[in-house]
Amino acid sequence: MIKVVHYINQFFAQIGGEEMAHIPAERHDGEVKGPGAAFKAAFKDEAEIISTIVCGDSYFNEHLEEAKSTILAWVKELNPDVFIAGPAFNAGRYGVACGTIADAVQEELGIPAVTGMYVENPGADMFKNKVYTVPTKNSAAGARDAVSKMAPLALKLAKKEAIGASCQDNYMPNGTRVNFFEEKRGSRRAVDMLLKKLADKPFVTEYPMPDFDRVAPNPAVKDISKATIAIVTSGGIVPKGNPDHIESSNASHYGEYDITGVTDLTEATYETAHGGYDPVYANEDSDRVIPVDVLRDMEKEGIIGKLHNKFYTTVGNGTAVASSKAFAEEFSQKLLADGVDAVILTST
Amino acid sequence: MVKGVEAAGIPVVHMCTVTPISMTVGANRIVPTIAIPHPLGNPALEPEEEYKLRRGLVEKALVALQTEVEDQTIFE
Repeated sequence: MIKVVHYINQFFAQIGGEEMAHIPAERHDGEVKGPGAAFKAAFKDEAEIISTIVCGDSYFNEHLEEAKSTILAWVKELNPDVFIAGPAFNAGRYGVACGTIADAVQEELGIPAVTGMYVENPGADMFKNKVYTVPTKNSAAGARDAVSKMAPLALKLAKKEAIGASCQDNYMPNGTRVNFFEEKRGSRRAVDMLLKKLADKPFVTEYPMPDFDRVAPNPAVKDISKATIAIVTSGGIVPKGNPDHIESSNASHYGEYDITGVTDLTEATYETAHGGYDPVYANEDSDRVIPVDVLRDMEKEGIIGKLHNKFYTTVGNGTAVASSKAFAEEFSQKLLADGVDAVILTST
Repeated sequence: MVKGVEAAGIPVVHMCTVTPISMTVGANRIVPTIAIPHPLGNPALEPEEEYKLRRGLVEKALVALQTEVEDQTIFE
């Protein structure tokens, strides 16, 4: 019988939610908990869960080395044929914990491991190339589906069977390329694919294009002399003293500042909060980062319609893409509401 | 942020020094600038000259905003 050790968090062990996320690792030999029941059913008589290890998500991530070494010692003692972590769905800390411990079990104990999580879980990007990671839905509603893919993969790993391509054995592509002979040659496959495409039939590409997540350009500004232009910057320009305490790195918020009547940014009035570049030049003259002086003159000369009376600023230094996106979504709505026609966005 | 502004339907020009980052990030209208710590200035110049330099760059940005583009474009 194949021996399995299963890792889950405090939530799936039904100990508690966020309020119990601080609990240290626990070992429950001979017990099957949470999704373990579904794994047990899927294994039939081929494998058994000999122990369930539970750890609070916050504990694991805040006491990484401690949690890892405790759990590794247990797994070493239990000596299973395969280690299963999760599935973690879209729970970020849980996904990172699953990936971390599964990777450690493989690397340090030589025991194969499998985990599962939603593709956008940060743990997926961190560990999918190291640990077989089954893509799951983003919530526990997808548990049945996740187990139906993780269980056979775990059994294969335990039996040291050859693992097929990611699309055959249901894991996220892990960057491994394997040479093999196709039955049909490339030209034939390409024509077959083209015929299917022309007939509007489903086909599977052999080389998916990377996801660039592009946004199409907006139409050009028709008459700039009537346009209201706003300034946005990731260069961290703020009124002297940084009144909203925008962080020098990994900014958690952006600032909105009124520049009504301001024709020039000076050393006495503005500075940068950015901690990722030499601030001397920006502190001397913040127009070097956001060109308020030039745009004011252009406004006076009628070259542009108006310089918007507010500018939006944050520090683009190690700031999470998700944060920047959220900032932009929020202030763009304000810009639209204020009738802004175009934005000049400067970066350092 | 550039993409966020564009996605909201507002034409946006990205003025930055490291244009490959801007390309990777997905800005559509890009104007290259002077240097990371002073994209729109050059402290080595006299104030008047520096202002002219900045004005030139802003003029380029306005050209970019008034130009229809279909794809990512760097306005040299």
